[in-house]
Amino acid sequence: MALHLRSSSSSKSTLLNILRHNLGFGSRSHVTRHIRQILPHDPPLRGSQNPISRLCNTMAEPETLSSFVQHEYANNHQVMDFPGGKVAFTPEIQFISESDKERVPCYRVLDDNGQLITNSQFVQVSEEVAVKIYSDMVTLQIMDNIFYEAQRQGRLSFYATAIGEEAINIASAAALTPQDVIFPQYREPGVLLWRGFTLQEFANQCFGNKSDYGKGRQMPVHYGSNKLNYFTVSATIATQLPNAVGAAYSLKMDKKDACAVTYFGDGGTSEGDFHAALNFAAVMEAPVLFICRNNGWAISTPTSDQFRSDGVVVKGRAYGIRSIRVDGNDALAMYSAVHTAREMAIREQRPILIEALTYRVGHHSTSDDSTRYRSAGEIEWWNKARNPLSRFRTWIESNGWWSDKTESDLRSRIKKEMLEALRVAEKTEKPNLQNMFSDVYDVPPSNLREQELLVRQTINSHPQDYPSDVPL
Amino acid sequence: MSAILQGAGAATALSPFNSIDSNKLVAPSRSSLSVRSKRYIVAGSDSKSFGSSLIVRRSEPLIPNAVAAKADTAASSTSSKPGHELLLFEALQEGLEEEMDRDPHVCVMGEDVGHYGGSYKVTKGLADKFGDLRVLDTPICENAFTGMGIGAAMTGLRPVIEGMNMGFLLLAFNQISNNCGMLHYTSGGQFTIPVVIRGPGGVGRQLGAEHSQRLESYFQSIPGIQMVACSTPYNAKGLMKAAIRSENPVILFEHVLLYNLKETIPDEEYICNLEEAEMVRPGEHITILTYSRMRYHVMQAAKTLVNKGYDPEVIDIRSLKPFDLYTIGNSVKKTHRVLIVEECMRTGGIGASLTAAINENFHDFLDAPVMCLSSQDVPTPYAGTLEEWTVVQPAQIVTAVEQLCQ
Repeated sequence: MALHLRSSSSSKSTLLNILRHNLGFGSRSHVTRHIRQILPHDPPLRGSQNPISRLCNTMAEPETLSSFVQHEYANNHQVMDFPGGKVAFTPEIQFISESDKERVPCYRVLDDNGQLITNSQFVQVSEEVAVKIYSDMVTLQIMDNIFYEAQRQGRLSFYATAIGEEAINIASAAALTPQDVIFPQYREPGVLLWRGFTLQEFANQCFGNKSDYGKGRQMPVHYGSNKLNYFTVSATIATQLPNAVGAAYSLKMDKKDACAVTYFGDGGTSEGDFHAALNFAAVMEAPVLFICRNNGWAISTPTSDQFRSDGVVVKGRAYGIRSIRVDGNDALAMYSAVHTAREMAIREQRPILIEALTYRVGHHSTSDDSTRYRSAGEIEWWNKARNPLSRFRTWIESNGWWSDKTESDLRSRIKKEMLEALRVAEKTEKPNLQNMFSDVYDVPPSNLREQELLVRQTINSHPQDYPSDVPL
Repeated sequence: MSAILQGAGAATALSPFNSIDSNKLVAPSRSSLSVRSKRYIVAGSDSKSFGSSLIVRRSEPLIPNAVAAKADTAASSTSSKPGHELLLFEALQEGLEEEMDRDPHVCVMGEDVGHYGGSYKVTKGLADKFGDLRVLDTPICENAFTGMGIGAAMTGLRPVIEGMNMGFLLLAFNQISNNCGMLHYTSGGQFTIPVVIRGPGGVGRQLGAEHSQRLESYFQSIPGIQMVACSTPYNAKGLMKAAIRSENPVILFEHVLLYNLKETIPDEEYICNLEEAEMVRPGEHITILTYSRMRYHVMQAAKTLVNKGYDPEVIDIRSLKPFDLYTIGNSVKKTHRVLIVEECMRTGGIGASLTAAINENFHDFLDAPVMCLSSQDVPTPYAGTLEEWTVVQPAQIVTAVEQLCQ
């Protein structure tokens, strides 16, 4: 927004003008909340917000503000009451610019080489947690690679990797507590991994065998675990966002020390559910974290074809939601941002939007060949120069918490475990036919019982057409 | 499920409806069938040749002057205690309030349900009693608040989601079909979704095409959900309570024009079985299956039919998904003729599915093809007179019964 400070009127009243214009809503409590938001010790805001923060430093009570405003405006300007609050008028025809001159800066703590940036603010991480974060990132990477190869070999029907987004997955999970409920899209198995889902359990779901908690009903990567508060992946894009708001509402009602956390990609922000969920969360003052994995691509659609705003972080303000942009490949920054956001969300009962900038190194899924729409060089660069694992590894090694030996030991152990998990999962029996009809309702109704009978009758008369690996 | 308490069917007040002056309408005769076929849809056969294709399997003809064995049941319920009188929307509210008192997890969300009390006053007074959080006013996005309800249900709450008009829930179709109906199944039973989705639907009084939708047609295919339609204050309260207590997602269809029906309902607590149909009027000659508002048109037609010597058995099917084929089947086995009267469109409505189900299961017991009276496949016009003719009227029901019972 271009500021036009007129020299004819006093600069203070013009600043008030701008303040009033920006704080469109009316009730005292709203004004108070907004002023409290921009405090002197907050990171300096860029661009046009400066006058407000400067103004807030000099302001005392909200009561003082409005009575001051009344006095000023009685003389110079008109202020009209509209639904939503007082709005100041301006005789100048001025449009709010479609974008700021500068993009919203991205919070990062480790540089490209994994060195801690001087004077960076971050939440301290213990050796134990840091080592677990890194180990789980390595585990996720190996798991993804082995499952992907298994699909290519025809052992798995489908897979979608999270290569390149390991830091978002693991570091965000590390900053949460087990009571926080997760509503994932489908590229966040790392959160489950952090919480204790075993490689065997992942493999069971991918093979859809009888040990799968989903009872073999969904395609691979559609994990779910009520024990670990990780809600079953629903393939539809962004439908989990309103679900998360509902869960946050439930936590709010029970006054629990927990929040809802939902993940989605840059593509998901185009869905109506994204906008509605953010709006609802703001109005309901629900403790929910909206974590957007802006990885640059929605299958073959680059972000330049997805939206024309400055990424996703600026959309939060449209709904009255506090937002931050983070370097998604910086595990330490992700951890700090999510940790801080979670505390804010629960303490202040408000939603927070986190845009994590990253890159989707892998294909969208095993049904996609991304070299058809992007250069192999681009993929290679992100995988090497901006790799989240190498950056964090440098940092933990500099603290003396990691070494080459621990790395190679870990990698060979995980690889062995993965191959064993694959082998066992492949051999395990599939769920029996009865599971096709159970859980549609709490108790199978008569029409489903009838339909199951019909299927069984058909199988009896044509046993050669029925798959041999599905028990009856 | 608790025991079924079946109250009596017909309500006393039928004043909201136009009383059809049957003298104005053409008396049924085979020659004028083609004229009438423009005004109502007859399923199952070409109307011109309808009479001649009827095959009477019974050896003796029907006695046209048979006196009805039972008169229309009066409004007094089966309970011997006095009870209290209220309107249908108050019955819904009573059921909702009782469940909210009983279980602190029950909550309500929707547009204008809080301090406004709901567009049809079903949630009146609840926000004052239970607070803003338990009776939640939401911004306008049906997909979002339905999704919210589903997420809250997966976390342990039991939300009652109100669509201001059922037609608006078309916007929530994604959440209802993909998440509500499916997540219990795809999660392997780990997460249950005990939501109730309710709201008024059906053709009202000049509400226009967009506000006269019959969503039961669109939702009936979704696996994993249950659908019920209430028609009296008694079953409205009973079904509301049963739906809230059910572990499955239930869609409760109310009707815009039935909210002011008055009835005396029992003081003591009761619930209605979600999967059961209601016997409104036992009879011998023909089974008339209906639900929601059409029940009253059928009962009005029944009066005329009784005077003409017919003895129709009227069943309010109530459970739209799944059908109560047990009650329906017993009736078909007794009367051998079926007439379905519904408000859905001809194509793909509840009647279409019910016709298929009856033909499949009870074909051997039918003496005549199943006949289905539905609305035409047109958007509901605004003009009052035209709107009236998109809805099945009692005179058409009388004609259809007479044809079927030849």
